[in-house]
Amino acid sequence: MTLIEILDILNARVLTHPVTLQKTVDNAYCADLMSDVLSFSITKSLLVTGLTNAQVIRTAEMAAIEVIIFIQGKRPESQTIKLAEEKHIPLLVTDLSMFDTCGRLYERGLRSQVHHLNQSPIETCRTKSL
Amino acid sequence: MNDVEEGFFFLTGKDFTNAGVASSSLKGVLERRGVQQDIIRRTAIAAFEAEMNVIIYAVAGMMKYRITDTEICVTIQDMGQGIPNIELAMTEGYSTAPDYIREMGFGSGMGLPNIKKSTDKLVVSSVVGEGTTLELVIFLKKEE
Repeated sequence: MTLIEILDILNARVLTHPVTLQKTVDNAYCADLMSDVLSFSITKSLLVTGLTNAQVIRTAEMAAIEVIIFIQGKRPESQTIKLAEEKHIPLLVTDLSMFDTCGRLYERGLRSQVHHLNQSPIETCRTKSL
Repeated sequence: MNDVEEGFFFLTGKDFTNAGVASSSLKGVLERRGVQQDIIRRTAIAAFEAEMNVIIYAVAGMMKYRITDTEICVTIQDMGQGIPNIELAMTEGYSTAPDYIREMGFGSGMGLPNIKKSTDKLVVSSVVGEGTTLELVIFLKKEE
C-alpha cells in the first residue's frame, strides 16, 4: 500500500517534509506500548499509534518501521517532527480513532504479518505470572 | 573486514530528550560496517531497550560496544537501584515502572524479555543499591 493510498483511505495529512508519496508499506501494527512494538520483527511496516513523543520515533528507528500514523488528530511537538525528518520516517496524522484507522486499512487489504523475534514463550509467561 | 571496532556512549538518567541517541549511534556504526539488516535491527532493539532502562531507572550509565568479525558485544552498565530479583524482571509483563514512564510507552514489562529475545547471549548481573550490568552478544551470521 502506498502513502498516497493511506492518505486517501484515512483522510490523513503529512507532517514531515519532504515525503515520498510512492513509498510503500507491506505490514501494519498498532500499539501505544513501545516495548510491544519492539517485541516484533516487521519489515516495511506502518505503525498506528496514539503516542506522540520522541520515543515513538526512536522506537520506529530501531524496529525499522518506515511510516508512523498518529490517530485522533494528535500531533507531536515540532522537535519530534524534526527528529522524524532527520531519520527519514514520514509522519502522518488522521482524525479517525485507532479502531477506525485500523479497520479501514484492514478493509483495504493491509495486514499485519508479524513474527516474534523467536518463539515467544507465552504459555510459560502465563504460568510464571500466576 | 577483520578489524575490531570499539566505542562507548555515556547515558544520563531521566534525560528523556536524548534517550535513544546512543542506540541510534550504534545502529549507525553497524550500518557503516555493512552488517546485515536483521542483525542491525536485533542489536538496535536490544540496545535501545537497555538504554531506556538506564534512562528510566538509573542515575547514569555507559554503553560500550565491541564489534569483531564474528560478533557484536554490547555492555550496558549503570549506577542505579539494581534488580532484586532478576528472574522476576525477566518475566514478560513484570514491571516496577511508575505511571509517567508508562505514559511514554515504556515500562510494560517487556524490556528485558525483548532484550533476551533479540540477542544470542545475555548476561544480567546486578547488585541492589549499586547498579546493573547487561552484557549482550549478537552473532554475525557467517556460514550457518
